[in-house]
Amino acid sequence: MAGNELRPMQYPVGIDPAALGEVERRVSPDEAPPLPPNARLAWIGKAVPRANGHAKVTGSALFTVDRKLPGMLHARLLRSPWPHARVLSLDLDAAARYPGVRAALPIHETVGRAVPLPPPGTSPSTPPARQVLYVGDIVAGVAAATPSAAEAALRLVHVEYQPLPFVADIEGARSGDAPHVFDGPVAGDSHAGGAGGDVPIAQQGNVRGPDRSGSRGNVREGFAQAEIVVEGEFRTQVQTHCCLETHAVVADWEADQLTVYMSTQYTVGVRDELARVFGLPLSRVRVVVDAMGGGFGSKSGAGNYVRAAVALSRQAKAPVRLVLDRREEQLDSGNRPATVQRVRVGARRDGSLSAVSVDSYGTAGVGIGAGVGNFAQSIYSCANFAIAQSDVFINAGPGSAMRGPGNTPGAFAFEQIIDELAERLAIDPLALRDRIDPSAVRRAERRIGAAHSGWSRRHAPGSDAGPVKRGRGVAQSFWGANVQTNSACEVRILRDGSVELLSSVQDIGTGIGTVLAQVVAEELGLRPGDIVVRIGDTDFPAGPPSYGSMTTASITPPARNASHQVLGKLFDAVASALGAAPENLVAVAGRIATADKSRSMSFREAATHLRTERISAVASRSDDYGGFARRFGDLASARNALGGVQFAEVSVDVHTGSVHVERIVAVHDCGRPMNPRQIESQVQGGVLMGLSYALYEERVLDRNTGHVLNADLEYYKIGRSRDVPEIEVIFLENYQGMSATDAYGIAEPANIATAPAIANAVYNAIGVRVRELPMTPAKILSALGRIPQRSGGQ
Amino acid sequence: MTGTITRRDFLKATGAAMTGVAVPAAGLCAAPGEAGQGAGRAGNGSGLLAISLNVNGAERRIEIEAQMTLAEVLRGPLDMTGTKVGCDRGACSACTVWVDRVPVASCMMLAVDVGERKVVTIEGLARGEELHPVQAAFIAHDAMQCGFCTPGLVMSCAALVESKPNPSIEEIKDAISGHLCRCGSYPHVFAAAMDAAKTLKG
Ligand code: FES
Ligand code: FES
Repeated sequence: MAGNELRPMQYPVGIDPAALGEVERRVSPDEAPPLPPNARLAWIGKAVPRANGHAKVTGSALFTVDRKLPGMLHARLLRSPWPHARVLSLDLDAAARYPGVRAALPIHETVGRAVPLPPPGTSPSTPPARQVLYVGDIVAGVAAATPSAAEAALRLVHVEYQPLPFVADIEGARSGDAPHVFDGPVAGDSHAGGAGGDVPIAQQGNVRGPDRSGSRGNVREGFAQAEIVVEGEFRTQVQTHCCLETHAVVADWEADQLTVYMSTQYTVGVRDELARVFGLPLSRVRVVVDAMGGGFGSKSGAGNYVRAAVALSRQAKAPVRLVLDRREEQLDSGNRPATVQRVRVGARRDGSLSAVSVDSYGTAGVGIGAGVGNFAQSIYSCANFAIAQSDVFINAGPGSAMRGPGNTPGAFAFEQIIDELAERLAIDPLALRDRIDPSAVRRAERRIGAAHSGWSRRHAPGSDAGPVKRGRGVAQSFWGANVQTNSACEVRILRDGSVELLSSVQDIGTGIGTVLAQVVAEELGLRPGDIVVRIGDTDFPAGPPSYGSMTTASITPPARNASHQVLGKLFDAVASALGAAPENLVAVAGRIATADKSRSMSFREAATHLRTERISAVASRSDDYGGFARRFGDLASARNALGGVQFAEVSVDVHTGSVHVERIVAVHDCGRPMNPRQIESQVQGGVLMGLSYALYEERVLDRNTGHVLNADLEYYKIGRSRDVPEIEVIFLENYQGMSATDAYGIAEPANIATAPAIANAVYNAIGVRVRELPMTPAKILSALGRIPQRSGGQ
Repeated sequence: MTGTITRRDFLKATGAAMTGVAVPAAGLCAAPGEAGQGAGRAGNGSGLLAISLNVNGAERRIEIEAQMTLAEVLRGPLDMTGTKVGCDRGACSACTVWVDRVPVASCMMLAVDVGERKVVTIEGLARGEELHPVQAAFIAHDAMQCGFCTPGLVMSCAALVESKPNPSIEEIKDAISGHLCRCGSYPHVFAAAMDAAKTLKG
């Protein structure tokens, strides 16, 4: 394209569509011109129906579990029945000889868990004898011609275990004489939500920490200045993702190519991981996903089961299908760690915060990352902040990222403390937030939500006569507006006028495929249905992951820029036929026209003027126009974080302890909203997952046996249709002039505020605070003093 | 998982055993090739059973393992993968199909027990190109996200609106109370079902 000189351009800014301002940004000439507000657009910001909706309602959508390849084998994994044991011997002979079995392997992959550091001064020598660290830890795998043959062969694997002492509850694991989950210090990635990572952190027995990074100022002085101090201890449970499509893969190892069909949130990440693990060049590994049945953070990487499937395929020289069953899913596919948080806030009479401290420990099983994120650190203005978070290891499956990792449990505690502070100051919780919350967007959201939820009708805590008492509560979200700069796509125009978009980005149910069609259609003057969207395949330009609420922000600007650039090429091709300079052409309503509309031809006819069969342009994610606030490699954070405020209305029966959520008003922002109906779907989903976290869900681990007692969907209780409240979703158009689309994410903020909003509403209803999740009838009754206190959570 | 006997293992084992005993006793044993007369079923010496199933209006003759559930047979030998399996033990309703127009969890029914009853799956709900009103309403209301629970929910909602012309929101909630949608598409599902009921009536 033209020279690289930056050009000044004017972009709409603001959250009030009736009074938008303008901001000047200096942008590259490769960037598509500023996009007007949604009201003036044909497709962006419109409720365009989901592109694969037809396939999903007719059963033709192709999920990974539906893939069938010629000669495909079926694999099953053998998993440890012990919470902690040494594997003395493993005999696969009988299994390997079972009719139909084509591969049988010991499997010892340890992705996702903490890994022991070599003792100082030693060189890596013979690895220690294999140990299994939790019930469900993978021991071996078999692949056979039929699922039943694989299942039968699995029963013939002979393993001799030497059971070792184990610990399966967090308080037990912290005590001095607890059995050690790991023999020495460990390190590893922190997937689940802060604390840990690869930094060296002190470790004592099963406790790794505290990690104090993120602290600032001087809390001692801050608390000395405080006129009011509120504090409390909060507990959150282990939540499991429960994707309806369990983790699934079909791995096909061929002589010169590994192809992996997988239910994944990040095709490129899995491709890179598998290439590294199996010593293959990136060019020989292909990862494909079409329809994808939910991830919520648990399907971010290849994980151990995919490595197992690839190894089995390599040995069998045939494609191998491996689909986890629901029990495996509950034991070993990630979870949201449990936390215990001691939160303390000091404030002055005017409400301003003088000090905040968060002291937390939690358990991600044998994984790292049970921190409570950066919620308390980031949401409100306070100069003095101290954090200390520790991981406690127990013999349970490793945690992983889950919708709003860290921030979701963090918000449950912190937004309740803020609610308490407001009460102590005798001011409205919204007024307190007006004082301490620097976000103008959330301020607007509070105002809108208060009006829609009838906030002014909120009564004093516990003041209903009962026995069914009603209450209202509010809580806020905080989540970074993330961007993956390693995000690209290609847009092609073919000579018959058809248009394709290609990117490895995957649609896990958020509807990004539909949004991409809207973006391309808007730019080319076509309809979304005219655009063929080819995504979910690493043979296409590298797209972003579908996690961290960053997909839309990362991939829609390149989609628009690539469309703009390829359109420029089409203009070049038809300029002489239309008797105008290319820069004086426009694409509108299916036609290429001169700017004054005096001459035009259909898009299809214009395409016949192409010199070659097809033209294309590839664009990648440029930096936000105002620059990023932070970046770590390919990952960047936009200057303004995402907000969101939710208002809950509940009724609590003080005789039975049951909580009924009657209504949620969820007010959110995601930059420029791309598809309001799909955003509404995602916000409803986030609210319902938060409601279920607040009231029902809990993985129950038996501390005496180390077994999960509810590794299923019957006794692992998730809110269903009868538990659905009325949900009103409202979102702002928040124009910031940051990219070619100015769009950001929504998935995590929609989940973070729900549990604390419900908890604050429960307090308002009964006048007693419930500081532990899930807020079951037993906990409500014990908070009310109607039944004895039970001892702490797991 | 090995090492634990689940309810499903038990069901499957019982089903297999019953088939082995009950089939000859009932005099239904047919030579290979004769199988599939009516809803007949037959051992053929290979450990497989030949059965005939009426699915979406067509008689399908297939050979199956005796312990296979209807869901497994639909998704495997019949190659109709629209029916989804989320839990394989009756806890999520993803696998819902109609058996004689009643929504059932196909993971909880052995294929050999279907007999002459007529099975309708998500693939058989539309009339040619014309979507069932519930399917059309699901698209219009965006009553799905990942879409994995969607075939099952569509089958239950379609059964409801065909049997009840004017369902209330409470009746819809009850009709789908066994379904799990982890993406939380329920509010849009309610709206879609209401809408489809109106379309069907009008
Ligand atoms: S798969 Fe049949 S009920 Fe879950
Ligand atoms: S749409 Fe994903 S489970 Fe229902």
